[in-house]
Amino acid sequence: MSSHFLGNSVKLDNVYIASSGTTCGPLEFFGPLGSYFDKGYDDYHCGEKSFEKAERKMLREALDICLKREQLKLKDIDLYMGGDLLNQITTVNYLAREIPQPFIGIYGACSSFALSMAISSLLIEAGYVDKIVTLVSSHNATAERQYRYPVEYGVQKKATTTFTATGAVATLLTNQKTSVRVESITLGKVIDYNQNDPNDMGRAMAPAAYDTIITHFKDLKRSFKDYDLVVTGDLSTYGHKILKTMMQQNKIDVVHYDDCGCMLYDVHKQEVFQGGSGCACSALVTMGYLYPLLKEKKYKRILVVATGALLSPMLSAQKETIPCVAHAVSLEVVE
Amino acid sequence: MNYIMAFLFSGFICFVAQLIYDNSKLTPGHITSLFVVIGSFLDLFHVYDKLVEIFHAGALIPITSFGHSLMHGAMAATKEYGIFGVAMGMFDLTAAGIIAAILFSFLVAMIFKPKS
Repeated sequence: MSSHFLGNSVKLDNVYIASSGTTCGPLEFFGPLGSYFDKGYDDYHCGEKSFEKAERKMLREALDICLKREQLKLKDIDLYMGGDLLNQITTVNYLAREIPQPFIGIYGACSSFALSMAISSLLIEAGYVDKIVTLVSSHNATAERQYRYPVEYGVQKKATTTFTATGAVATLLTNQKTSVRVESITLGKVIDYNQNDPNDMGRAMAPAAYDTIITHFKDLKRSFKDYDLVVTGDLSTYGHKILKTMMQQNKIDVVHYDDCGCMLYDVHKQEVFQGGSGCACSALVTMGYLYPLLKEKKYKRILVVATGALLSPMLSAQKETIPCVAHAVSLEVVE
Repeated sequence: MNYIMAFLFSGFICFVAQLIYDNSKLTPGHITSLFVVIGSFLDLFHVYDKLVEIFHAGALIPITSFGHSLMHGAMAATKEYGIFGVAMGMFDLTAAGIIAAILFSFLVAMIFKPKS
């Protein structure tokens, strides 16, 4: 068992993905990956009175789908962990009222998906718990209100913005063998490249993604070629290009690389500006689309690098720059 | 002809605003305030009155005219009451606009609910 940190990374032997549940909003559902998600809504309210309630409903539904697949009850899970984009991580915290087991709320902005997977994997590997469900969600209307303007205000969007994905994902991690496992994780450092425009987070996050990918490769002595696919969370078409340029400047071959924000939507046909963002973006693409491909053995090993801009609108107004972070999780088919 | 002139001037102001919005980090709030200040400055030298003569509604409808009205009211009251007139007359001409904005927003809010 190699249970010690190699640099910022840990190789795992004992963590498996057992099941997942994915729900999404209208643009995701009608996007190129729409058919891969368990449930889609054609309305941002999802039959609820407020957007916040709608987001929580989607998360609850994702959780129910995830548990139903393995015929488990809420009580059968040892621990729940999750995060979202709102103040006081309200979606997960308020949902946790319905959960009869311990719950840990985490915040990593859009990197919450990889962060919750990484921490859960460490807890399982260490043998403290057998089953953990990670929960992440984001909703376009609630996130816009939180970080920029309420959508009802109808402000003109800048061309550099990304579109917060609407969706929720529940993932069941266990120590019992299944067909896909969490092979290694890398925890990221918080990086600030003096970018202060909250309308252009793709560019701000690219250096954080670069740092985490390089650290992961260095710690585990790997390169892009060791993966069938490397995806970043939500760098947008701009950040995606910057990351590639940064890699090329440092003489690193970039192969099998894509960005979840660019995969989730048809950037040319759908009105999503520079692509998707939000916790749900990397989570939907990974658990909705890539996980089934791993199960079918179309991919052997993939690296998910979820990026997060840890900005607070309050501090942006005080002209502070945006700290960014990226966490990486490597998923592998069990032979 | 009046219609075309009005359209051209109003359109020009919006075009400038759009250029600023697209090429700077200023928010809509910044730009609106900036235009109010520009309008009132132009009125200080009686330039805005000339614009109104030429472009009619085209100069009266954009937000720059709000600055122009603020300055106009303040100047008129100053003539009558001296320096305190600035405070007394500032909203004389704009009162109708502000009240209309409040009243109509109230009425619309009574009837409609915002959606995504």
